[in-house]
Amino acid sequence: MNDNQAFGKQHRDWLPTFLVWAVALGVTGIFAWILGDILWHGAAQISWEFLISEPEDAGRAGGIGPILVSTLLILGVCLVVSVPIGVGTAILLADLSTTDTLFSNLVRRSLDVLAGVPSIVFGLFGNVFFAKTLGLGFSILSGGLTLACMVLPILIRSAEEGLRAVPPDYRLGAAALGFSRTTTLGQLLLPAAAPGLLVGVVLGIGRAMAETAALIFTSGYVDRMPESLLDSGRALSLHIFDLSMNVPGGNANAYASALVLLALLLVINGVAAWIAEQWLHRRLIP
Amino acid sequence: MVTSEAYPLMKFLESPGTVQSLEQPQPLLQTTNLSLHYGLKPAFRDVSLVAPAGSITALVGPSGCSKTSFLSCLNRLTDLIPGAQVSGQIRIGDRDIRQPSLNLIALRRRVGMIFQKPNPFPLSIWKNLALPLREHGLGNRHQVDQIIETTLQDVGLWDEVKDRLKAPALKLSGGQQQRLCIARALVLKPEILLMDEPCSALDPLASGIVEDLIARLRQRYTVIIVTHNLAQARRIADYTALFWVQEGAGQLVEHGATQQIFEAPQVELTAAYVGGMRG
Amino acid sequence: MFNSRILSRSRSDQILVWSLRGLAALAGAIVGLIGLFLVLESLPVLQQVGPARFFTDAAWNPLEGLYDLTPMLWGTLWVTLGSVLVATPLGILSAVFCQFYAPARIASFYRRLLELLAGIPSVVYGFWGLVVLVPLINQIHPPGTSLLAGIAILTMMILPTIALVAAASFAKVPPAYLQEAAVLGLSRWTTIQAIVLPAAKSGLFTGVVLGTGRAIGETMAILMVCGNVVQMPRSLFEPLRTLTANIALEMAYATGDHRSALFVSGLVLLGLVVALVAMAEALSQGQIYE
Repeated sequence: MNDNQAFGKQHRDWLPTFLVWAVALGVTGIFAWILGDILWHGAAQISWEFLISEPEDAGRAGGIGPILVSTLLILGVCLVVSVPIGVGTAILLADLSTTDTLFSNLVRRSLDVLAGVPSIVFGLFGNVFFAKTLGLGFSILSGGLTLACMVLPILIRSAEEGLRAVPPDYRLGAAALGFSRTTTLGQLLLPAAAPGLLVGVVLGIGRAMAETAALIFTSGYVDRMPESLLDSGRALSLHIFDLSMNVPGGNANAYASALVLLALLLVINGVAAWIAEQWLHRRLIP
Repeated sequence: MVTSEAYPLMKFLESPGTVQSLEQPQPLLQTTNLSLHYGLKPAFRDVSLVAPAGSITALVGPSGCSKTSFLSCLNRLTDLIPGAQVSGQIRIGDRDIRQPSLNLIALRRRVGMIFQKPNPFPLSIWKNLALPLREHGLGNRHQVDQIIETTLQDVGLWDEVKDRLKAPALKLSGGQQQRLCIARALVLKPEILLMDEPCSALDPLASGIVEDLIARLRQRYTVIIVTHNLAQARRIADYTALFWVQEGAGQLVEHGATQQIFEAPQVELTAAYVGGMRG
Repeated sequence: MFNSRILSRSRSDQILVWSLRGLAALAGAIVGLIGLFLVLESLPVLQQVGPARFFTDAAWNPLEGLYDLTPMLWGTLWVTLGSVLVATPLGILSAVFCQFYAPARIASFYRRLLELLAGIPSVVYGFWGLVVLVPLINQIHPPGTSLLAGIAILTMMILPTIALVAAASFAKVPPAYLQEAAVLGLSRWTTIQAIVLPAAKSGLFTGVVLGTGRAIGETMAILMVCGNVVQMPRSLFEPLRTLTANIALEMAYATGDHRSALFVSGLVLLGLVVALVAMAEALSQGQIYE
């Protein structure tokens, strides 16, 4: 190989390097733009008062107190239903898939499809099944149950990964000592997989909190303080949508609500990353 | 020394019908034409082996001749492996343990197992030993503590850990972990101990300590031990069995008293292997 | 006593196993339930007018019995196609940056950033598009709410997905390949182009398919920036309405056959997604590096 060729190569490599860095900077720039814009316009509106008071004048004035409460209630319903189903399914997929091969393959395939179902379709389903067929109406319960269906795939996937990451030695050791399946799971596998389960739950919360389309026709638009789970309650994301699309002059409070939502999601994301890191750390240094 | 009568636990440990067999001098463990396939692939074929009560039997042979697979048939750990198919007979005492109706949990209490890599649970030292006791029905805290103490003394670990029983078991050294695993098997007072190269993951010093411990288990337990260390087999085993891959599957080449295997082997392959010329 | 203990324990194992099966069956049945209820709700209008008229009617005017879904289908198609075409190269370049160009610290920062971007709610993207992007486009060519705005917002939304999946599949390329390339004295870009991209091909396809799925299903952001006029867009600057936006807009007041027709469009969406998942599955079958 002579010098000219080497130089030629060097030259042609300059363009891709530039391109790759430009794309990375561009993506970072747009993210900074979005975040900066929302921070800039939203921060001015945010106060303790905003977080706890009732919305007034269709949301143009006042705060988001009842909306935060509704959001938390919807999340609560979603988790109470989806965590047991999700963890149970994950145990089956991780631990019984050798004996229930056909069944677990079927479940896994069905979850793959579920993961891809558009959220508006979940909204349609929640509306006809929970609100109409089960008679729950436009309510926090309907919304939470709809979200529970939606977050199941993500929850199950990370719980299953957590369980599969438990060293097989524990299973073998427990089997060789004649432990029942219940003991093996309860005393050894679930505690060892707890961080994975937790990451799944946190990711599920993130997904549920970001959701809007699935809630329009299930938990509804009512922005009053909910008195029971059968009341309609407006989620934070839906509030942002409503203020920006349907309420002229609602942008200021929409910005503030968007900032609150982003802050909550950032915290959740941070918690998930922290748990995952702790877990990795602990597994590397036993 | 602790006798089995001293343990109220023994009531739980002996299933009806096996009490007599303990007292009989005849072979405790016997396999007849035992074969194992993983799917269509044979692992080992037609192994007939007898282990008298209270003896130590060493399984030797080159890597990949299915000694470990043979071992995991004896407590039916093969049930956990998808596609593993066992044929032939395994008798422990007067029970055929391949019967589908057999209670696996009871079997695995009678047949303890030690793995190549020490695998204490990610719990405290105390909990590692208490969990199997509690799992098998011993709830009395005082008795549990007593059994844990005698067993840890038995494996020579008591003096090293008595002040930190609540410390994580994974903080122990490799040799200590392996002795803890042996103790964990012993708290259940099994009749048979299966050991899968229990010293191979340890440094020479720890390996020596564990080997001495195994030798001390003679008479009280029937031990089947897989080892790659011929010198070790010669030092501790009453009987030695040589496995070899023949026609694509592991087979039992020769089986006899250790002295005979090492000094007067009947089969040429055995002579070559123990002479260090092959494998 | 001994036996009864054993029995009670193996019974508790039985109970455990069967309740796990029950829970898994429940989780697995949800997709079936969704399909079932969409079909049940769609049936009235499908039986009455037949499936063909959803593609041949003169217009979408459900109150007068006209059910033409094609403008919305085209709308969905155009924004999806546009955003996938833009986001795929950008996403793959982002992954290349992460895996091969950036110093370790910047790479991990950038990866974290992509994860954050993937987690930003669509309503926030939509809101930002509505208050920042749409006015900008309006200055170039009114009305601002347009196919272009939809493509831009969707690109931002699916880029992180494509990039993260691509980065993961780059990480799975056997290091031996890269060593071999280094030994041969190949430059970084040549290595990526000639060795990494082909080796990670099926992983990249999976990422694109996932991104496509997200683009087809996206509702809120599109609804907020695309203008929602039922028409075939003739240029990048014209507004349009997608299938998803149509459901979100009209479900609130739809009754009878109109409501039923919206469920038909939900069924169409579900069908598209199932086809995509099947495609992804078929692709991942070939995802073995030798």
